Amino acid sequence: MSALVIRNGHLVDPGAGVDAPKDILLKDGKVAEVAGPGKLKSANGAEVLDASGLTVAPGLIDIHVHLREPGQAYKETIATGTAAAAAGGFTAVAAMPNTSPVVDTAELVRWMQSPERGACVRVYPIGAATRGSKGETLNDFAALKSAGAVAVTDDGQPILKDSMMRETLAAAARVGLSVIQHAEDTRMTQGASMNAGPTAFKLGLRGMPPEAESSIVERDIRLVTELRDARVHLHVAHTSTAAAVGAVRKARRNGLRVTCEVAPHHFLLTEEHVGQYNTNAKMNPPLRSAADRDAMIEAILDGVVDAIATDHAPHATHEKEVEFENAPNGITGLETALGLCLRWLHREWKLPLGRVLSLLSAQPAALLGLKGRGTLTVGSFADVVVFDPKAEWTYNAKETYSKAHNTPFDGWTMQGKVRWTISEGRIAYSSTGVPNDLVAGVESR
Amino acid sequence: MNAIATTAPVRRQLQTPQPSASLFPYNPGSLLSVEDLSLEAVSHLLARATALENQNPLTRDRILLKRRIALLFYESSTRTRTSFELAAKSLGADTTLVSNLSSSIEKGETLKDTGLTLRALGAEAIILRHNSSGAAWLLEETTRLPVLNAGDGMHEHPTQALLDLRTILAHLRPGVQTVGPDTLDGVTVTIVGDILHSRVARSNMMLLPRLGTRVVLCGPKELLPDSAANAGPGISVERDFETALRQSQVVMMLRIQAERLAGMQIDLAQYKDAYQLTGQRLAAQAPTAVVMHPGPIIRGLELTAGVADGPQSAILEQVRNGVAIRMAVVERALTTGKEGRA
Repeated sequence: MSALVIRNGHLVDPGAGVDAPKDILLKDGKVAEVAGPGKLKSANGAEVLDASGLTVAPGLIDIHVHLREPGQAYKETIATGTAAAAAGGFTAVAAMPNTSPVVDTAELVRWMQSPERGACVRVYPIGAATRGSKGETLNDFAALKSAGAVAVTDDGQPILKDSMMRETLAAAARVGLSVIQHAEDTRMTQGASMNAGPTAFKLGLRGMPPEAESSIVERDIRLVTELRDARVHLHVAHTSTAAAVGAVRKARRNGLRVTCEVAPHHFLLTEEHVGQYNTNAKMNPPLRSAADRDAMIEAILDGVVDAIATDHAPHATHEKEVEFENAPNGITGLETALGLCLRWLHREWKLPLGRVLSLLSAQPAALLGLKGRGTLTVGSFADVVVFDPKAEWTYNAKETYSKAHNTPFDGWTMQGKVRWTISEGRIAYSSTGVPNDLVAGVESR
Repeated sequence: MNAIATTAPVRRQLQTPQPSASLFPYNPGSLLSVEDLSLEAVSHLLARATALENQNPLTRDRILLKRRIALLFYESSTRTRTSFELAAKSLGADTTLVSNLSSSIEKGETLKDTGLTLRALGAEAIILRHNSSGAAWLLEETTRLPVLNAGDGMHEHPTQALLDLRTILAHLRPGVQTVGPDTLDGVTVTIVGDILHSRVARSNMMLLPRLGTRVVLCGPKELLPDSAANAGPGISVERDFETALRQSQVVMMLRIQAERLAGMQIDLAQYKDAYQLTGQRLAAQAPTAVVMHPGPIIRGLELTAGVADGPQSAILEQVRNGVAIRMAVVERALTTGKEGRA
């Protein structure tokens, strides 16, 4: 398919400041032309998608997913994880390196991007900050970057030692990479499986105090301040506490390059959703108090949060069907993010559609410097999501494209149904499931 | 990056998703938590405990004749295991004991698979003791059998709370079996020691306030977090043992659970100084209080031998009440709901 026209849709491209009816021509994997309805100049011979009544937007970008390859293909593969991404409207995902082995070499970074992996959408590997993510020896960031890594992190665990974190920030800044920190002082969370507080006490579970997150965020911000280097970029992964987001807010006010992301479960759910030991409500950082959850909503609404990221963390069913304390952390998120954001952030909490989409595309693209992504200006990658913004639907975890079903959102009402996801000009997902039936006709004008 | 707010956020009133109602217990015969029981159900169990205790053993064993009950124990136990077993056998049931040390659990079989296996072998109810909080919920969800929680990690031990209630009533409200929200008005029960790791404390603190009891929790910070006071209504924290004792009609002593300390260091000399129940303390602060302990007791640590064996001690009475209460709970497990014969 060399050319594709999306007709009669309403384009919302927050990065370009567009919110109007537009037709779009996609050619050779790029955006070739954007024009008013019926005004495309060079659409002859292109296949047509009729987007009447639908919203057309830059493909969504998730900068925090676990695709489980290499090494844990029984949980998820790059092929299945990116299929779920496409179904959720995502056209690019950044994959965390806590695989087996850990992605800590240029060779593994290239392996992640090889066509043999069968990715449905663009995969951006994130490299491990330290060898084996053990927090002892720094990796070769220049080599990771030239192989395609877009950031470094030891996600799954923190870079705990002050000296190691300082070196990581400085070395990453020298090659122009962001450092993503999983902020958790693991000395405070030994044996813990949910948020500390009355609920954990009542359930007889050891708790992770909010300070375990905020103290690391504060420490990291102090290190950024001390480094006095404008190239240093600290990104706080899956922010979950009022104190941590407060620290980020303050750092930004002080002009530091400190960004953060929030996952849908952290702005929607609280520790109460653990209910009677629901292992699909177990993740790290854990679901927090209502006050923390409210602080996440506030931070999104007032603009401190730079990205919605799902922390998509698939696990096999048998791994979650165990005692709560023994269950692995993490939930899936790629297929539910848009539906939850539109249902809650947009409809319920009145965040304008453009800002919701910006948090899911333009801002994460800018944050990691993903050139040509997150917008549909001419020359950008032909990464598009077309969705019905009004459609309500119910998520059924059994019908997922992911290998995993570990979601607390099974049976939840979602808003905004993805019709097509187009990745670099290719239809990666259609709600009918049959790619050849997608095309409404061939452009003849 | 987008616009950055430079002021602290303003609290807005927002609609947020609420947790859905619990589906537990799936089986009406299950006893997972004291919170599963209405006060009516508690009254019924207390009445049945007395009736079964007084019934002729030769007719009592018809009640569950040849029905199959599995005892699944992942932790060692003397009182709970034996009393459940004696209770089930007194009602005529066949019991089998599966322990983690002499079964396929040692080979890595999961709780789910062990439960399904027991069900396939014909178990009609499972009595579970497990070292993980919430294990009974997992077992019930996967087997849908009546599951009796005989202690799950640091969480709950509902039959212990029921037998403790029976003991308290016998001393403070003799003859009362029908309990209501004010049955124990004016009664203060102090629970002392390792509250953090105690499922007995949790079950008691969730049950007793519903009958009007004031529950005072007493212990050092390491073993009793401040947040415990927010676990439910009627619960407060008092760090000073003497102050707590003075207010108490009942004092429940707890063992320090060395197996759950997870690296925590407790200075035992200091602990004894502050929290050991001695004859002197008892005589000075609570000369008529009922002294209870769920066992096993460590003589000379949380209480002295003199107190354990003294006239105020109800410790062995608690053990005796265990058999009666567990008969009632086992009977309920197999005679409630659609598969019941009651």
